[in-house]
Amino acid sequence: MRDFLTWLRAMDRRWIFLAVGLLVIAPLVFGFHIAPVVPSHRAKGFYDAIERLPEGSTVLVAGDYDPGTRAENYPMHLAAVRHLMRRNIKVIGVELYPAGVPIADDVLRDLGAEFGKKLGVDYVNLGYKVGNELVMSSMGTSIPKTFPVDSRGVPIAQLPLMKGIENFQQIDMIVSISAGYPGTKEWVQQVVSRFHVPMVAGVTAVSAPEYYPYLQAGQLQGLLGGMAGAAEYEVLVGKPALATRGMDAQSLAHVFIAFMIILGNVAFLGQRKPAKG
Amino acid sequence: MKRTVPFFITLLSGLFCLIAFFVPHPWIHESYGAVQTWAIVVVGCTYVLGVANLLRVNVQQAQRREGDWIYKIVLIVGLLTTMAVGFSEGNHYSDVTSHFNWIYRTFYSPMTSTMFALLAFFIASAAFRAFRIRSPEALLLAIAAFILMLGRVPLGNAISHYIPDAADWLMEIPQNAAKRGILIGAALGVMATGIRVILGLEKAYGGGGEGGA
Amino acid sequence: MHLSSDIGVWIGAFLTLGIFSFLYKDNPVYKFCEHLFVGISAGYYVVLTMISSVYPNMIQPLLTNFTHDRNYFLLIPLALGIMLFSRFFPRGDWLSRWPIAFILGVYPALRITGFAQGDLVEQVHGTMLPLWVPGDAGTTMNNWLLVGGLLATLIFFFFSKEHKGALGGSARVGIYFLMISFGASYGYTVMARVSLLIGRVMFLLDDWLGLLRF
Repeated sequence: MRDFLTWLRAMDRRWIFLAVGLLVIAPLVFGFHIAPVVPSHRAKGFYDAIERLPEGSTVLVAGDYDPGTRAENYPMHLAAVRHLMRRNIKVIGVELYPAGVPIADDVLRDLGAEFGKKLGVDYVNLGYKVGNELVMSSMGTSIPKTFPVDSRGVPIAQLPLMKGIENFQQIDMIVSISAGYPGTKEWVQQVVSRFHVPMVAGVTAVSAPEYYPYLQAGQLQGLLGGMAGAAEYEVLVGKPALATRGMDAQSLAHVFIAFMIILGNVAFLGQRKPAKG
Repeated sequence: MKRTVPFFITLLSGLFCLIAFFVPHPWIHESYGAVQTWAIVVVGCTYVLGVANLLRVNVQQAQRREGDWIYKIVLIVGLLTTMAVGFSEGNHYSDVTSHFNWIYRTFYSPMTSTMFALLAFFIASAAFRAFRIRSPEALLLAIAAFILMLGRVPLGNAISHYIPDAADWLMEIPQNAAKRGILIGAALGVMATGIRVILGLEKAYGGGGEGGA
Repeated sequence: MHLSSDIGVWIGAFLTLGIFSFLYKDNPVYKFCEHLFVGISAGYYVVLTMISSVYPNMIQPLLTNFTHDRNYFLLIPLALGIMLFSRFFPRGDWLSRWPIAFILGVYPALRITGFAQGDLVEQVHGTMLPLWVPGDAGTTMNNWLLVGGLLATLIFFFFSKEHKGALGGSARVGIYFLMISFGASYGYTVMARVSLLIGRVMFLLDDWLGLLRF
């Protein structure tokens, strides 16, 4: 036992890396399925908020993320825009991360084609603007002055969808898909609190805990947290896809990391705490 | 001049933006819109400045053949090539068929994603090596972490529906209370610091040259 | 297995594996990928910033509509933007403080009002919960925990008085709530990191090798 504990304490961390890699690869390659995804009431709140919108409403979808968090945010973004377009709701895209523009373009273009929507009439991507929360505040003053052209360089005055859209008073809801800063928190502070626009958010798991107070206070109508939240929403929208596929690998990895915490404490049990001072 | 003018610029712009939040008069509203546009442009110029400085530092290191200078050349070539391609394509940079878009999909996107994906391995290693449960508080932290890790995946629900229910309760009640306390405390701190910066009391933000406001 | 025929996917896969090679040990391939990543990122950011922000919001209105809608005032941010680059000249770098001072006025003002409204007022409002809900003991208990937990957490962060007696006891309760919060954050952080790895593995196994089965 002592030898085993000594070996554990000295174990090369690359064995742990290998184990994590294999536990993620195995469910994906062999296709085994551990358990179905059950939507939470937070995901249902997100879904219901969009369901309540009348047809023809205009929604601002803020895709504030980049490829670094694509695995978590892209499935939510895709499912949200699918849900909006299926309900014939007009979509205005905006990104506060420069590397989020191509991702948003892909989402809007692919789903626009799937649902027969027209660019400039049913959806538009205003693109990226530097400035973080300053852009949100500036949009509250005037959206056309903040975004004189869309992501293709086309003046927005020429776009039928943007006719009459002056500021947030003409926006029926904000869907914030966010990776951190700038993102959901800033939208809540600068827009929801000031202009009282309803908002739902899909965020990375790292930042999800800090948005529960906003959800409880009614500043958010729904919240998707991480890939699990994205999977729940995919189930609700009726199109299980990327996030749902990843949940089995997620389950195994979580169990492994919980086991590593216990194993680490067993391995270092009995070792003295480092002396203070 | 070197300190007085920046002090007054900060004070006047800060006070104007604060007043504009509360005053809906059209003249104030329009002026505020203009100030916001100016700030967006100036922030954009700071990004350009940052990249220009990055280029300058790496060119100097490559010229002096300082350690890893060959990799600095890789950085410089990557930077200049991306800029040249992007500016040559102008507004068509976002087209699916553009070369700039190809650089984004082929190089930028996979590398960004992979840099973040590395963290999963390190968090597993840190869980083994660094997560020590040596006090009641640490035990409470560990229990909350275990419940969350199981409760947020389908496996937890398959074992027992009480696990996700416990995770939900944990997030909505005790976690919510603590996070709200942190939010309120942080809000007070940000407001106090913001007022100090506008009034020029925060010397650390003077910037450039001799330092100080 | 159905290997991709797209050269871009192959390059992406090799770059991915090159960065993952760091897990074995630091090596020239990883260093190459890392520096290439920094260079391309910086170039990408500059292009996006200029084309999406600086050009349409300042340069284009100045060049095409100078007198329309008081666009001539855009000469002010143009001057401020140019002044920023005085940082490259030791004798003139004091000029760069002016545009920085402007930003240092605008952003704190935005943050003060945003945090005050969104994080202070609304959160206090959200804490005004009924402490007695007739017929619903569960909600009553939860409301007490929410309000009590918030007060205990705020008391923990009050350092103007020594944490002794009743204050010390409340601060201790606050610590317990904070520990639960940190444990929850840790659990979510684990989920986030693993998700990002799953995304990369899906790219390698599906887009590149065509191996995935669902």
